Amino acid sequence: MTALLQANDVRVRLGRRDVLQGVSLQVAGGWTALVGPNGAGKSTLLRALAGLQPLASGQVLLQGQNLRATKPAERARQLAWLAQHGDVTGELTVRETVELGRIAHLGLLGTPGTADRAAVERAMALTACHDWQHRRLHELSGGERRRVLLARVLATEAPLMLLDEPTTHLDAPHQVALARLFRRLTRDAATARSVLSVLHDLPIALQADQLLVLHRGHLRAVGAPSDPAVQAALVQVFEGAIRIETRPAGRMRVELAMGSD
Amino acid sequence: MSSADPGSLGADATGDEDARRRKMLAWTMAAVIALGAAAGLASGSEGLSPAALWADLQHGDGGLILGQIRAPRTLGAALVGALLGLAGAMSQGLFRNPLADPYILGSSAGAGLGVVLVQAAASLGGAYISLSAAIWIERAGLVTAAFVGAVVGVAMTLSIARGAVQTLRLLLGGVVVGMMLGAVSDLITIVAPDALRGKQAFLLGSTSFLGWNAIAWMAVGLLMLVFLARRLARSLDALTLGDDSAASLGLDLAHIRLAFVLMISLGTALAVSQSGLVAFVGLVAPHLVRRHAPGAHHWLLPASAAMGAALLLLADVLSRTLVAPEELPVGVVTAVLGGGYLFWLLKQRTAT
Repeated sequence: MTALLQANDVRVRLGRRDVLQGVSLQVAGGWTALVGPNGAGKSTLLRALAGLQPLASGQVLLQGQNLRATKPAERARQLAWLAQHGDVTGELTVRETVELGRIAHLGLLGTPGTADRAAVERAMALTACHDWQHRRLHELSGGERRRVLLARVLATEAPLMLLDEPTTHLDAPHQVALARLFRRLTRDAATARSVLSVLHDLPIALQADQLLVLHRGHLRAVGAPSDPAVQAALVQVFEGAIRIETRPAGRMRVELAMGSD
Repeated sequence: MSSADPGSLGADATGDEDARRRKMLAWTMAAVIALGAAAGLASGSEGLSPAALWADLQHGDGGLILGQIRAPRTLGAALVGALLGLAGAMSQGLFRNPLADPYILGSSAGAGLGVVLVQAAASLGGAYISLSAAIWIERAGLVTAAFVGAVVGVAMTLSIARGAVQTLRLLLGGVVVGMMLGAVSDLITIVAPDALRGKQAFLLGSTSFLGWNAIAWMAVGLLMLVFLARRLARSLDALTLGDDSAASLGLDLAHIRLAFVLMISLGTALAVSQSGLVAFVGLVAPHLVRRHAPGAHHWLLPASAAMGAALLLLADVLSRTLVAPEELPVGVVTAVLGGGYLFWLLKQRTAT
């Protein structure tokens, strides 16, 4: 079976610096978390995988097809992307913003139909922003706005979602709700979505099915969060500032290693 | 969250409420345009005077005054305002900046230079060609020169920005072109001081030279632009999410941006070549619409055009009546009104 998304020896240059080097990976399905310290190249990798960042060399394949040869509209139906900084301008309402996700299917001129309205309703229900769908984005709190932008991504109903720090600004209950949503979307056969999310929040990242550990533009480890090799790589790239404990029933706990001074 | 929460005034707002506000504003603008047009027809050297209009009509030469002077001028003012309002709304959407105005791409500096060039040529060449020829060059040439200049200004901005791919480059390109072309036209006015007066009139903006020919061009241009802009309106909505998010939705941003840049420059070139640099209408019209009846761009674009028409009609009537029988350049009126509005807005913002 071809991987949903595959990167082969990807290199990205920004200015005079190689931000990514020799990155190869596969996303087959499920929930994958991309983790690493600041400046590791996580957002750049996600942008490259979304086709938003030109590559210096290497290639990205979306369902076996080179992303560069894929038509933008076709790519948008297969793959949705959430920006790290969701600075939104203008006066669109929550509903109007979520409806933008349907551009992937409607283009500029299509008229929204029943399927589009249903997708928008579902996306707003999943992120619990249905109740204030007529408010404008600048009237919302940072966390509420984040949920709306996530709903915009969900509304595309693309099989693969690339999310850059989806938990930013979210309070604890909504972080937990989001992690549960990812699990449900990726495990439910009816939706069968795949999620690749950049997360700097390690306790949430450890809930994912697969971790990608990125450090200084290189992929250091790939595997399940319970994999000792992956955990060792994590501790190493975070310079020993974290401690990971495996608890009974496979639960993991991560804490900051403060030392004793 | 209770609806009495003072931090979220819009908490109660429903979709119906939004629709009601848009309908209200549409009717208000229609009424202002109708009244403004009527006042424009009744404003002459005696100020705003329906009695004088009636007397003129009794004497037979009233038809001439109305048909050849006041009607084209009034209709023309509405069209110039509509073009500027529409171009302003497109600029603000494209650049994701509420302070963007239609002149942002260098069209104003280009048009200004075109005007100065023609006038300098007419005054320097005046010694060699007949006076009537010089006057003809000035009248026919000014409009063309302003139009060509505006298009050249935008083309320079595009070449500096290497196309319309990056918004920031476009903005910087517009600033650079504005400075360079402005300096060139300053230089020319030093060599040919006669061009200075024409340049000044151009910079102040005026609705007093509008004729039926110009109106036909502007009307066709406006209809075309409103139609095209509305077809592309959804892309401006997508751009509110940022360039990358819009691109991730499958939109071909390079082409869309180029289309909007061309539409903005066509709209401003049409308006500027007929009436000079009318200030603030393109900036304030979309602001007023967004403030009183916000909505997606398929509403915002035509509504800003209507708001621009209403504003410039009012400004035109004021410019003709405030100091009648003399008249003020309409650009002075819009600058005072528009500047005052922005000042008031700023004070309100800082107060809250």
